[in-house]
Amino acid sequence: MTGRALASRAAGLTVAWRLAAFRTGGFPLLPTLILVTLALVAIFADALAPWDPELGSLGDRFLPPAWQARGSLEHLLGTDHLGRDVFSRLVFGARVSLVVGFTAVIVAGVLGTALGILSGYLGGWVDQVIMRVTDTWLALPALTFAIFLAAIVGPSESNIVIILAAVYWTRYARVIRGEVLSLKERDFVRLAIVAGCSKRAIMRRHILPNVLNSAIVLGTLMLGVVVVAEASLSFLGVGVPPPKPAWGLMLADGKKGLMAGYWWLTVLPGTCIMLLVLSANLLGDWLRVKLDPQLRQL
Amino acid sequence: MSLLEVRHLATHYVSARGARVTRAVDDVSLDLDQGQTLGVVGESGSGKTTLALSLLRLLPPAARIVGGEVRFEGEDLLAKPDAEMRRIRGKRIAMILQDPMASLNPLFTIGDQVAEPLRVHEGTPRRGAWVRAGELLRAVRIAAPEARLREYPHQLSGGMRQRIVGAIAISCEPRLLIADEPTTSLDLTIQAQYLNLLRELQRAHDLALIFITHNLGIVARMCDRVAVMYAGRLVEAGPVGRIFDAPAHPYTRALLESIPRFGDGRERLTAIDGQPPDPASLPPGCAFHPRCPRAVDRCRAEAPPEAAVADGQVARCWLAGGAPSA
Amino acid sequence: MKRYLLARAGFALVSLVLLSVTIFAFVRLTGDPAVLLTEPGASPEDLVLIRQQFGLDRPLWVQYGSFVAHLARGDFGQSFYYRTDVLDLYLSRLPASLLLAAVAMAFSLVIGIPTGVIAAVRVNGWWDSAGKIFALLGLSLPSFWVGLLLILFFSVFLGWLPSSGSGSLLHVLMPAFALGWYFAAAHMRLTRSSMLEVLGSEYVKLARLKGLPEALVIAKHALKNALIPVLTLAGINLVLMVNVAVVVETVFAWPGVGRLLYEGITARDFPIVQATVLLGGAMIVVVNFLVDVLYAVIDPRIRYDR
Repeated sequence: MTGRALASRAAGLTVAWRLAAFRTGGFPLLPTLILVTLALVAIFADALAPWDPELGSLGDRFLPPAWQARGSLEHLLGTDHLGRDVFSRLVFGARVSLVVGFTAVIVAGVLGTALGILSGYLGGWVDQVIMRVTDTWLALPALTFAIFLAAIVGPSESNIVIILAAVYWTRYARVIRGEVLSLKERDFVRLAIVAGCSKRAIMRRHILPNVLNSAIVLGTLMLGVVVVAEASLSFLGVGVPPPKPAWGLMLADGKKGLMAGYWWLTVLPGTCIMLLVLSANLLGDWLRVKLDPQLRQL
Repeated sequence: MSLLEVRHLATHYVSARGARVTRAVDDVSLDLDQGQTLGVVGESGSGKTTLALSLLRLLPPAARIVGGEVRFEGEDLLAKPDAEMRRIRGKRIAMILQDPMASLNPLFTIGDQVAEPLRVHEGTPRRGAWVRAGELLRAVRIAAPEARLREYPHQLSGGMRQRIVGAIAISCEPRLLIADEPTTSLDLTIQAQYLNLLRELQRAHDLALIFITHNLGIVARMCDRVAVMYAGRLVEAGPVGRIFDAPAHPYTRALLESIPRFGDGRERLTAIDGQPPDPASLPPGCAFHPRCPRAVDRCRAEAPPEAAVADGQVARCWLAGGAPSA
Repeated sequence: MKRYLLARAGFALVSLVLLSVTIFAFVRLTGDPAVLLTEPGASPEDLVLIRQQFGLDRPLWVQYGSFVAHLARGDFGQSFYYRTDVLDLYLSRLPASLLLAAVAMAFSLVIGIPTGVIAAVRVNGWWDSAGKIFALLGLSLPSFWVGLLLILFFSVFLGWLPSSGSGSLLHVLMPAFALGWYFAAAHMRLTRSSMLEVLGSEYVKLARLKGLPEALVIAKHALKNALIPVLTLAGINLVLMVNVAVVVETVFAWPGVGRLLYEGITARDFPIVQATVLLGGAMIVVVNFLVDVLYAVIDPRIRYDR
């Protein structure tokens, strides 16, 4: 290799190293910190937020963030079209997004993993039925499907969780089923069968612990997807209903002030979404490599 | 002057952070004349393929040639710029790989792939190259060559594909042909035919041939000289007859003994004890000593240099005697 | 090849049937379908009429039969608001969405493929790291936020581009970019991994052994093989784009089927919602099948396989 090639390779490596969080080799410290911070913010929202996120004073509409001309330190990040404090709404919005996101991911995960195990292990018509259903659902774009369901049942926080879980469980089922299929061929499972263990016992004691890794990795990766989906749904008005401070809703409201140049109503909530999703993705990537290099296909 | 003179060639693989250095080829020297066939023998991981790729300077990014000289027709290949090496590859030195199905691009016709080196190296225009491709297919004994030109690799049998790879190799009349286990993935019945074909081609074009294999039987049939590799080092080299009759290195001896022969009288097959070492963590001293039935203390401590044990025969063994070569 | 195509066609048909069953099931199973199928603000008498009209008291399979019969005739219902056939409405908006998707796809391929190729050829280099970051951002930034930021920057602050509507080339640039953004990252990742795999293959090694110039090795031998999965994905993504464009179309007030869906939701015009989902899903199935056909034509291994 020529000296020039070596030098450019070294340069590439150094630059990439500096972006420490993005290196798949080392532990993603920054993303995890961000996630933990967001979780803490969500939990302690009541203490952190100086204002009630749902009440605003119309006299203080569209105040810009504190560092800009008309801004004031009372409303650090400005106010929206109803005079509500942006910072407080962001803080409570974290709670909404994380609660909805986590719950949907966990419900989808439990459902999808269970069905994936059943489908993969039992095979036969159970497998066929579940697979056909999964394929059909996967063929429909998640967002369209979610909108459809939301149009039917009406928007509310709990409905959204159910809808998102209903849309995304198929991702888990597919992957877990694949894992189970290869696990079935492993010796320790065969031994258990020969030893006379019931199907249920095998699935619970042998299969389940081994697919947990994949489920966790998938869950972390899906968190980002679900959060974006929820934000999109809220933006369209079929997600978390107002006046709850969901970030997606804030973006929808922010659009009203966009043409007038009230940038903070759009940039700030979106940045929060981006931070959450980026961090979840980076953590998920790292987990994927760490927990099982064979999970590359995720 | 020999066609090919390799002196103290060393190629190392460096892992991503520079932590592990694997000496895939370590201090290898050999000579090859026009029209001669050299067999390179060794187990997997012994460095045979890396040696071949080093000669052509087509190593993967993790590998680097760290020392030595490769003189081909008097020129040092290691000093050449990439553009010149590219002109040498395929034209003056050609190579055949092991798996013919994987070697041919599934999306292009046979004709396209055979004509390609002609068009690139000799500037032959399309139609002329296509005609030449047909002639080349005939030279490697493929029936109905014109029809084959329009077909795709997956439509042909393994034997045919390997012949086509051979046709590609000789298309620009190279001086040296390197064959890396060309018959390993062929059926036994096809192997013999293919080896005959290679011999014919060699005689017809006065080719020098480096034949990489783990099969000593092929070496006995095809080669004039043989070089035995172990853990990246050349442990013995010399004329085939001499090496087979009087191997100087214990590894060579063990390889020869492990070939089952009819009328041998032996009841059990002899295998060599142990496993080939991990190239990234070689034992100190002679790399073969953990498996060598005749190892002594010196073998464990110091790696033996290459020594001439007889006329034209060299070996790396403290117990072989002989004077160290330059 | 024939056998392959017949199998794919059969699969497509089954998918369409399952799609219709799923949509049908959800509407019937959740709540009172009559409420959905009636205009908002209907009186109880209207609801009774609707029940009779749609035969909602008849057995499920009878309902399904009539449902499918209607679909086959092209009767997807009538929009409450527009008072026209929903199918006509959908088809009239489809060209705009297709245009948007086409431009967005062009963006995503023009940005994604070369970036992926370079990242693979100079693997682990500067460009590859930049590519990985780009891929990450593409996956993590919601497309509608990208759209909003673009409006903020190019319409509000710079005043260069119009923020809504669909008259001219200038109008399509921002929505197409916002829509194509995510897919550019996806295409880049796939191109990169596909290219890496191909670059490590034996036939590329042989091409280099033939002494071919590296540019030829990459452009001819590597690229064609590497692009097969990418173009397959692109074909499928094109239709996916039409469906997920709902948010981008809403942000930019682009008059496509996505915007239609949004109108349907906000006005509680259920026939529009149902039809959009059905037609969107059907389009995906059909396009998947067409991509399979294309695959058969391009890849000689399938074409000549008896």
